[in-house]
Amino acid sequence: MGEKFIESWIYLAGLLTIVVLLGIIVLLVKEGVPIFFNTPPWEFFFGTNWYPVSEPPTFGIMPFFVATLWVTIVATAISVPVGIACAAYLSEVAPDKVRETVKPVIELLAGFPSVVMGFIGLMLLSPLVQSAFNLPTGLAGLTAGIMLAFMSLPIIISVSEDAMRAVPDEFRQASYALGATKWETIWHVCIPAALSGITAAVMLGVGRAIGETMTVLMVAGGALAVPVSPTEPMMPMTAAIASGIGNAVRGGLQYQALFTIGLILFVLTLAVNLIADRVLERQKRKFQR
Amino acid sequence: MHIRNSKKWFVIPLLTLLAATVLVSSCNESTTTTNPTTTSSELSGSFSIIGSNTVTPLTTVWAEEFMKMHPKVNIAVSGPGSGAGIAALINGTTDICQASRTIKQTEIEQANAAGVDPYEIPVATDALSVVVHPSNPVSELTIAQLSAIYTGNITNWNEVGGDDAPIIAIARDTNSGTHVFFKEHVVQMLGLATEDKTLEYGNKVLQLPSTEEGVSEVAKNPNAIFYPGLGYVTDEVKPLAIKTTADDAGVLPSVATALDGTYPVARPLLYYTNGEPTGIIKGFIDYCLSDAGQAKVTEVGYVPLE
Repeated sequence: MGEKFIESWIYLAGLLTIVVLLGIIVLLVKEGVPIFFNTPPWEFFFGTNWYPVSEPPTFGIMPFFVATLWVTIVATAISVPVGIACAAYLSEVAPDKVRETVKPVIELLAGFPSVVMGFIGLMLLSPLVQSAFNLPTGLAGLTAGIMLAFMSLPIIISVSEDAMRAVPDEFRQASYALGATKWETIWHVCIPAALSGITAAVMLGVGRAIGETMTVLMVAGGALAVPVSPTEPMMPMTAAIASGIGNAVRGGLQYQALFTIGLILFVLTLAVNLIADRVLERQKRKFQR
Repeated sequence: MHIRNSKKWFVIPLLTLLAATVLVSSCNESTTTTNPTTTSSELSGSFSIIGSNTVTPLTTVWAEEFMKMHPKVNIAVSGPGSGAGIAALINGTTDICQASRTIKQTEIEQANAAGVDPYEIPVATDALSVVVHPSNPVSELTIAQLSAIYTGNITNWNEVGGDDAPIIAIARDTNSGTHVFFKEHVVQMLGLATEDKTLEYGNKVLQLPSTEEGVSEVAKNPNAIFYPGLGYVTDEVKPLAIKTTADDAGVLPSVATALDGTYPVARPLLYYTNGEPTGIIKGFIDYCLSDAGQAKVTEVGYVPLE
């Protein structure tokens, strides 16, 4: 009886997430898709001009899409190697005492509000990036990408460290018994064995980088050109939504266009997760052989 | 004028939240105290003011003073931008919209369709200053040069008499009334012989989410140029003299030059309400337009109504 009750309770909770998810998709499609009656999909996706408050307005989201791509690439390129190296150190090399102090501190870092990170980027990092790369302005995709790397590092380190610690000790013992060094053991045994967890960690990090709004709004610069290099000022999709939605009248063209950008962001993160799933599956099979 | 390090932009939503926690009582239509300077606190209730980032410092001071006079009144002020304020008025989520540009015809139509009747009240004047880094040798620009800078046709300071350095043109984002006002009056050169309504901001222009951020970037970056309202100009940036055409004399932005009409980029700061204001909102607006209220305008750095 009690068991039944709890079972149906859990079932309902599971159902609720699916209902909410479907609700979000329906809302995004319903509010966003009518924009295509005004701007054909081709022009919307590949147009390079975004003038929502002009008469007549133009909606082309190519600049935002490319900006999101650059910022995410920079963030991933920094956070993944650093994150995995840090996780390997904590899990395989560091003495227990060090790990027990460092790991909670890193996890605390994940709790930093993004506004604070944006402020740090604005005041400390952007002048540094400007002088280091000799740029005309420090408000650029690169600065935003570096800040995002800091923000996704705690997740990547924490999750991949857990994954590496879960690798059975027999693996390491066997490796040492064959005369492998510590480095060879980490590189050829621990990391491959923990790969599924590490991949999940990286995907969580990438997901955070794609979806982060406040920081990129503050430090990415907000220029509407299609950025050809990460050192240019740019406006990623999340920043475009945040900086335009307040101005948009419910049901208006700009409102619809912004909802469609939201839909694209959603599809993008979904795709990242699906690809991750595939990679994970393939790696697992390879590892089994 | 004081240096603003803090981001009022973040603090204001918090204040809004705080104010919103106080119970709303909407029925004080009977209280029509037209003399808000009396300390008798007959007025009570709360309302919100949403809109222009430019008008926000002024509205905040007025709201604080008014709440001091009438302790039972609560006013929530936030400044996401004029367009956002007008959208909020149309969507019925604010009582007063503060704006640094006039409402557009399309917005009036949208408002009427939603059963809202926008009622315009000028409350002060602003001189839109154009500022650069103090080390920048350029000290005056014509409207046509500014237009060329913001459309991306002039990209180096040496084209306007400065050093050989790239120009980083900074604008507000599209939420902002200043964005639209500057586009019409400077980028498109409204009212000049060279007026061209097809001109748009160039796509290399940085669009920032707040005026404070633009000013702080100019204070740090010798290449940057930005256009804050007079109330946001600090000692860390240098305002430029503006020439209507190359033959005119350059005029620096100030209360005096905005009042006598010689400064070319001055604009009215406006409040919009749904229909003519009544009750508590009328009480507040009467205070803003009173001598005491207009005296605050100068303190904040803007220009009082004549």
